[in-house]
Amino acid sequence: MAKDAKFREEALGQVDDMLAPGQTFASIDRDITDLVLTKKAPKAWWVALFVSGILLGFLMLAITGLFFYGLGIWGINAPVGWGIAIVNMVWWIGIGHAGTLISAILFLFGQDWRVSINRFAEAMTIFAVSAAGLFPVLHLGRPWLVYWFFPYPNTLGMWPQFRSPLMWDVFAITAYVLTSAMFWYLGMIPDLAAMRDRAKLKIQKVLYGIHALGWRGSALHWHRYEVAYTLFAGLATPLVVSVHSIVALDFATSVIPGWHTTIFPPYFVAGAVFSGFAMVLTLLIPIRRVYRLEKFITLRHIDNMAKIMFANGLIVFYGYLNEVFFGWYSAHEFEMYMIWNRMTGPYAWSFWALIFCNGVVPQLLWLKRIRTHTIALFIISIIINIGMWLERFVIVVTSLHRDFLPSSWGMYMPTFWDWALYLGSIGFFAFALLLFIRWVPMISIFEVKEVNHKHNH
Amino acid sequence: MSQPTSNRALYGIVAEYADDAALLAAAKAARSEGYTVMDAYSPVPVHGIYEAMGGTRTKLPLVTLLGGLAGLGGGLGLQVWVSAIEYPINVGGRPFLSWAAFFPVTFACTILGAALASLIGMLVMNNFPEPYHPIFNTPNFDAATKDRYFFCIEAADPKFDAESVRAFLKNTGAEAVSEVEP
Repeated sequence: MAKDAKFREEALGQVDDMLAPGQTFASIDRDITDLVLTKKAPKAWWVALFVSGILLGFLMLAITGLFFYGLGIWGINAPVGWGIAIVNMVWWIGIGHAGTLISAILFLFGQDWRVSINRFAEAMTIFAVSAAGLFPVLHLGRPWLVYWFFPYPNTLGMWPQFRSPLMWDVFAITAYVLTSAMFWYLGMIPDLAAMRDRAKLKIQKVLYGIHALGWRGSALHWHRYEVAYTLFAGLATPLVVSVHSIVALDFATSVIPGWHTTIFPPYFVAGAVFSGFAMVLTLLIPIRRVYRLEKFITLRHIDNMAKIMFANGLIVFYGYLNEVFFGWYSAHEFEMYMIWNRMTGPYAWSFWALIFCNGVVPQLLWLKRIRTHTIALFIISIIINIGMWLERFVIVVTSLHRDFLPSSWGMYMPTFWDWALYLGSIGFFAFALLLFIRWVPMISIFEVKEVNHKHNH
Repeated sequence: MSQPTSNRALYGIVAEYADDAALLAAAKAARSEGYTVMDAYSPVPVHGIYEAMGGTRTKLPLVTLLGGLAGLGGGLGLQVWVSAIEYPINVGGRPFLSWAAFFPVTFACTILGAALASLIGMLVMNNFPEPYHPIFNTPNFDAATKDRYFFCIEAADPKFDAESVRAFLKNTGAEAVSEVEP
């Protein structure tokens, strides 16, 4: 088997190692911990922090404006009541899925290459899902009553409606963000102990020491730790599929043409993984360059991620074709009009831009030369991120703006406040990620050592 | 245990190794010598060492299962109680006990319950957080999270005798052997 794989790789040419050769435990340890403990932050980090700080300012502005004036400052109105707040929410949740897939599913399948990217991707998941959580809460109109979503005995004598997909969302997303955060922390405990032991300053020793919980690498602890990690991977795996399926049900359980379709859950999940991997590539390609992580994140990782992204992209594209086919095959007046309106109506630009971004451009990924060309892949990944945003825009806006009665048709355009909130959420996400790579080892130290040990002996 | 062989109180005697093979061999040898209270410390998990030291399978999967079942029962029970008993709302004449619609929330609660039980179970069983432990007094123990492997036979072992344990550990190819105080 192993011989076969080796032979196949050699036959294909361009064999790239999972980790650069010649690394030892000590060198891996030093390379990763030094990024946080001793090295100064690179200039690019400060520039990125500055820019995301400005975007974070937009978040404050957008929320202040919203609280002061109310929802009327957004572009939403009848018939388009959801607008880009929901587009953004679905986009961010989708992005999160790549982290869970890398940390859970690839772990269960024994894909060792995940170790160089799982910590970072999980961090991305947590911040993306947190950014997603902003939107439905701010969309409530009276966001200070958000706690009404939670079932607790109250003096109003009221309880939530559990038959509503919006309630399912509350539970699915809460469970998702908590499980992801626990999984992330669990994976980090041995590395926090390594940070504690490598720390030069007292304050570092104390802070990493507290969070390492007294980890000492005991065989007994390792045993329970590995069992817990495997269990977590098993528990997080169904979440990769379930969370975005439940988000898809927000749409699919309604009767709006363009939403009321059974293909939504699987096609949303594929779209989530597609956009998630695109975001991982968008972030990791520059970070790999700036922090010189080429010996940990090799072209093989880049190629593998591009492959997963591409495979899911093809499923998503198949989903688009299916939507068109079923629009026609349903022989249903409103479904047929919805598809026709998407392709030729006032929002046709968004549909065709979506087909270009998610259908046409990813076809370049058939070529290995493109999949291992970091600059080309970086550009493609950004195009896919835009495409996935457009996909949700097409689904939300074109379905709502012309449904059944022409007298109730309307147009929707986001306002400055909509865009400010969107930019702000990007600022929040980027700011949190930048702090993460500054304070926490962004590559899993002990897992990289394990894989290095396995492949060099 | 009851008759201390040295006049100083000891936590145990710790040997330091350069690789996992030596550590694993030492654990197996200690077990066949009849020692029972020991622990190994390594920067990465060493497979087989836990079994070599006579460890038994952890109950963590069971704890996780119970957590999952509690989440399942709690989530489903909450929805049934709220929707059918405490706050029934007639929506188009559909049944109050519309169990199919309760599936997503039940599922989320099951996963969350199991995940919480798994993490908390692991931390509690490992006695975390535990900021101080005598093993940290071992010289060079910082390297246990970097690239060195440590093996300790603890003074709590009924067969513990400082002289013979020291001699035994030296024979296992240890690069350093040190006595560690509690």
